Amino acid sequence: MKAVLRTLLATATTLFGLLFVTFLISRMLPADPVLAVVGDHASQALVDRTRIELGLDKPLLVQFGLYIGNVLQGDLGQSVRTGEPIASELARVFPATLELATLGTLIGVLAGVPLGILAALRKDTLIDHLVRFIGLMGYSFPIFWLGLMGLLVFYATLGVLPGPGRLDFGYEDFVTPITGLMTIDTLLAGDMDLFRNALAHLILPAGLLGYYSLAYISRMTRSLMLGELRQEYIITARVKGVSETKIVWKHALGNIKVPLITVVALSYAGLLEGSVLTETVFSWRGLGLYITDSIFGQDMPAVMGGTIVVGVIFIVINMLTDVAYRFLDPRSR
Amino acid sequence: MKQFLKASVFTLSIALTPFATVHAATPKDTLVMAWVFDDIVTLDPAEIYEVSGSEFMANVYDRLVTLDEKDPSKLRNVIAESWSVSEDGKTFTFKIRPNNTFFSGNPVTGEDVEFSVERYVLLDKNPAFIMNQFGLTKENVRDKVRLVDPMTVEIELDQAYAPSFFLNCVSYTTAVVDKKEVLSHEENGDFGNGWLKRNYAGSGPFFLKAWKPNESLVLEANPKYFDGAPTIKRVLAKNVVESATQQLLLEKGDVDVARNLTGDQLAAVRKNADITIDAETKATLWYMGLNVKNPILAKPEVRQAMKYLVDYKGMADSIFAGTGTIHQTFVPSRQLGALDETPFSFDLAKAKELLAKAGLPDGFSVTMDTTNKSETRNLADAIQSSMSKAGIKIELKVADNKTTLTRYRASEHDIYIGQWGSDYWDPHSNTDGYLNAPLAKRNQWEVPGLVDKVFAARDEKDPVKRAQMYKDLQSMALEESPYVIILQQVENAAVRKEVKGFVLGPTFDLNLYRHVTK
Repeated sequence: MKAVLRTLLATATTLFGLLFVTFLISRMLPADPVLAVVGDHASQALVDRTRIELGLDKPLLVQFGLYIGNVLQGDLGQSVRTGEPIASELARVFPATLELATLGTLIGVLAGVPLGILAALRKDTLIDHLVRFIGLMGYSFPIFWLGLMGLLVFYATLGVLPGPGRLDFGYEDFVTPITGLMTIDTLLAGDMDLFRNALAHLILPAGLLGYYSLAYISRMTRSLMLGELRQEYIITARVKGVSETKIVWKHALGNIKVPLITVVALSYAGLLEGSVLTETVFSWRGLGLYITDSIFGQDMPAVMGGTIVVGVIFIVINMLTDVAYRFLDPRSR
Repeated sequence: MKQFLKASVFTLSIALTPFATVHAATPKDTLVMAWVFDDIVTLDPAEIYEVSGSEFMANVYDRLVTLDEKDPSKLRNVIAESWSVSEDGKTFTFKIRPNNTFFSGNPVTGEDVEFSVERYVLLDKNPAFIMNQFGLTKENVRDKVRLVDPMTVEIELDQAYAPSFFLNCVSYTTAVVDKKEVLSHEENGDFGNGWLKRNYAGSGPFFLKAWKPNESLVLEANPKYFDGAPTIKRVLAKNVVESATQQLLLEKGDVDVARNLTGDQLAAVRKNADITIDAETKATLWYMGLNVKNPILAKPEVRQAMKYLVDYKGMADSIFAGTGTIHQTFVPSRQLGALDETPFSFDLAKAKELLAKAGLPDGFSVTMDTTNKSETRNLADAIQSSMSKAGIKIELKVADNKTTLTRYRASEHDIYIGQWGSDYWDPHSNTDGYLNAPLAKRNQWEVPGLVDKVFAARDEKDPVKRAQMYKDLQSMALEESPYVIILQQVENAAVRKEVKGFVLGPTFDLNLYRHVTK
């Protein structure tokens, strides 16, 4: 119980600090946030009046205090640009990112872990070099370029994959958002055509993110595995004639499972923040695009709201990782 | 081991199998458009002041009168069946068209018109100033806008103005809203603004069906529209920020119209037989504002020299091919009294001569504020390099649009480069902007008696004389002003050839969907 409380307190402090820094940075920007609402042709009188309406005339600390007070009551404020409640805007964009990140991470794990293990087992052979080369490519290509190329090849030229967006253009408005996850919602609506369409739309962006997380996961798996295979107990096992399959899959993998979870969790959290460039190229209205738009639009309440979500994601993922440790690491039982 | 590998390879191959997708051509009765409309902050016509928002308004709300989209020197009656002006030129009377209904089914009456016009002034948002120009204030507007009978409204102005000036303004700021509907959503005396920001209460050719800010906008045809229901049933616009993505969608036929292609993308699309490009000059100018607070820029010869150091033709032919035409005076072409003269071209010898006269034969150093939008950046880079030939060293201060504007509004710049467009289709809009406020103030340029001339031209009743007064002001500005006006914007819409009747009008709001057929 105490441990839980301590964790919660630390979490709250972290979030508070995060918000404070974001708030300060936003207020130090040389751009006048009022212009986001009234535009450049507005008279000075209107600018001044809007400043008071938005409460921007109050001292900084008072503004921050009011904001925190509202957040504690579950009110994230309203978007400066659209007048919508931030909470409902975030609720609308987050599922899009969740869907993309989950599928991307799945691809990354399913492909990255085996490839990493394979590279470790065949150290310095052609396969190892090949895996490392694939990983390196994933690191060096700019993702937006890969995304656009992917669209050009598979959508524009070959026509085997659909274009940008979460569904074919115009169909998004036909789906009643229940969970906000397009694949689930189309299934719930019992529309198999739209479900297939939603899945097809996920392939390219999720594949791209999957490739990036694969690059990272395979490299980490390889080094963890190599470290493990050098351990004395492995050598002992080999001498005793335990089968190679058992050594690799049971002993070694069993021992690197725990650090591997951290690797995967971090990569997942990273994707959950929303991949700005991927979301931009694919017109995928998720969290990353939302925060970026808000920054450019000087929409401070929205940026702060997005910051809270990102902070909470990291904290939640960290907690889940901790829980997983307790379960999987025999020493912590 | 092998089995595990096999299993994961199999999973991957399933995940990456190209699905035979249901390819959706756009529905026959729907106009599908890729468009950047993230500037929209409100859907309330008494608050709308953004470019995209105004276009939305023009398609779903009717105004008393509107400009003819083919010939902006003509007016069309819309909500008004006819109008007249009193002997002394101070009172305009509008007869309201009968048998016209709102989205709610309520009839359009004089009371709605009276309420809508007053609401602009009482809400006191951005467009209010257009009505304030005629002496309509929060205090007096309820008296000055009156019902004569249930279907007749009169508006009394504080003095006589050029009738064309008043009507041009009215053609933008008299979107008529459904009084009953709007007032039923009123909260703390906001005239229903909180509700109307995101909802709809009009009588235009289209109704608002759905709106997700920065995401999608769905309009549905008004089957009872007085001037004939639109042929298409629906308009679906999606906010596609990346112009390369817009191009792809258009070429694949996933959208009917792409609204924001860049110059080189337009050139690429031009080669495609399935696509036509509509282009229309808009009343928006690219210009440089020289702040005369800077003692060097205060010298008239220096300002003239700079006007000879811009490669107008080079830019109009390359980076602005298809998106801008050379224009050097402050009244956009096709507006009343527009002086389409282009006395300046890149002339190094002349510029050097002028600089020598100003006592700066070797040039000088100065900063220029520019936004990071690629078009503006390209313009700024080209100017930086052509100016350097005469020894004028321009240091670019690049920032996002709002930061740059914040500095410009506070007059903290040496040179600002960007756009300024007319708020309404009348020469007074830009004349007032450039010669009085805000631009003359931002660039700290003051000429005794000039503001009086601006207002005299505004109030001149004889259109021929009025046009001449504007021409004289523009000639003066060519010689003396701190503005290097470079190009007039050309807006493009790339349209698939099966779509006919998509109209780009002369003003930023009159891009109309009601004539579209597929």
